[in-house]
Amino acid sequence: MRNFLSDRVQNIKPSGIRKFFDIVSEMKDAISLGVGEPDFETPWHIRDEGIYAFEKGKTFYTSNSGLLPLRQEISNYIQKTQGVNYNPKNEILVTVGGSEAIDIGLRALLNNGDEVIIPQPSYVSYAPCSYLTGGKNVFINLKAENEFRLTPEELESAITGKTKVLILPYPNNPTGAIMEKSDLERIAKIIKEHDIFVISDEIYSELTYKGKHVSIISLNDMRERTLLINGFSKSYAMTGWRLGYCCGPEWLIKQMTKIHQYAIMCAPTISQYAAVEALKNGEDDVNMMRESYNQRRRFLIDVFKKMGLECFEPYGAFYVFPCIKEFGMTSEEFATKFLQEEKVAAVPGTAFGDSGEGYLRISYAYSLEKLQIAMERLERFIHKLRVRV
Amino acid sequence: MREQLLSIIEKNSRIGISELAVLLGKEEIEIANEIKKLEEEHVICGYHTLIDWEKTSIEKVSAIIEVRVTLQRGQGFDKIAQRIYNYPEVKSVYLISGGFDLMVTLEEKSLKEIAAFVSDKLSTLDNVLSTGTHFVLKRYKVHGTILDEVNEDTREVVTP
Repeated sequence: MRNFLSDRVQNIKPSGIRKFFDIVSEMKDAISLGVGEPDFETPWHIRDEGIYAFEKGKTFYTSNSGLLPLRQEISNYIQKTQGVNYNPKNEILVTVGGSEAIDIGLRALLNNGDEVIIPQPSYVSYAPCSYLTGGKNVFINLKAENEFRLTPEELESAITGKTKVLILPYPNNPTGAIMEKSDLERIAKIIKEHDIFVISDEIYSELTYKGKHVSIISLNDMRERTLLINGFSKSYAMTGWRLGYCCGPEWLIKQMTKIHQYAIMCAPTISQYAAVEALKNGEDDVNMMRESYNQRRRFLIDVFKKMGLECFEPYGAFYVFPCIKEFGMTSEEFATKFLQEEKVAAVPGTAFGDSGEGYLRISYAYSLEKLQIAMERLERFIHKLRVRV
Repeated sequence: MREQLLSIIEKNSRIGISELAVLLGKEEIEIANEIKKLEEEHVICGYHTLIDWEKTSIEKVSAIIEVRVTLQRGQGFDKIAQRIYNYPEVKSVYLISGGFDLMVTLEEKSLKEIAAFVSDKLSTLDNVLSTGTHFVLKRYKVHGTILDEVNEDTREVVTP
């Protein structure tokens, strides 16, 4: 039999996360700090709305773009938080998670050989999605000394004549880094100069701990060259509902809708009804969860300080990204040893790009009690390592 | 900070000052002063422990009693409520809008004792017109805490 597989799919490496997942799954009663989703269940009133939608028999397709009332709520939300207007009729598309928007956005934008700038460490799907559709990935290795923010110099040096798209992954998974307004202004200038299009993945936008999140779409002339991606997974603890959305200029949303229409049809109907409720009445829940994450974040930063473990203070998402270079091990070695000796799982930074080498992603989507136990074990572990050295 | 401080210690009154300071990003002295103030203002009225007595061998029976009262000149609800809440077996007393006036919760060792309290003490008060006693069969959620909740993490162990 011939090899029926495409070259491209064979060239994609399986996610480093997957590899680590397999090791952790085999270990009994390990504490995992490796989860990239909220520990909260979806707030009850949102679930209730989903149940109600089932009862009413809302079991059919919606329009390809998503329920109009939902797109209207999304439009209101962006207007309220960023002061930018998107027409719900033709500038907003409801997708199956933010992930789908990343995929079809890239597919709608890229020709063979177009260059996509991807700052790393960052979420695992940008590079493979871009590669599958013919994009050529150019990575920027973000630095801890810049708190993993993207600097104008770094951006400038990655740009070539073939650059078409910049992925802007903030608030960032796995580093917890954010980009503040002044940071964005500096890179926006270069983006416009070089006529680049931005895919801004803002799925963690509600989880920032140093003022409100500022989107690049709110800067002068950036709305026209940006695809804003967001969703319900992180802000409303709705990961399993698989619901996201994107907002962009009509010429792009129109083309993306074609791909979405043929590949997906529409996002899950029940989830869409629940999401209307989330946007209408979910603000208190978001505030409660944010405050809770923030307390855990402060706890971890304080613990690291006491242990003498180097870590910049992250102001976004629910991850901390401590540096483990002092122990002379790779991230993977450290994570594996930590798991074997102390039964705590934290994801090696390298799962999110080569520049994650020397770092560990620790998720604080866990109860304080659990984090406390895990941190006691981490302290014991690094104490042992330091003594050995 | 007040609201956040209260919502933490409402759930966990054993948490220490230094831990609170870390969680809220404040100095320990600020936290200590705030707690002192809250105690003085009687915003914090006590530090109790939530116990599921059913899991012990100690017998306890609870009842919720609806009480209808008549008011007399110069004597508002407060006066009658006081007559009732002074009994040590009374756990709580609320003034209620709607079909009756006061809601009284009671905890005793047996059904008999509750019945005795209602017939001998509560019903005989001058202002009490009638009572309706509801015995508690099972407590599912108390003080915002689900008593038999199983907190199992059903998430995948590692996800991107």
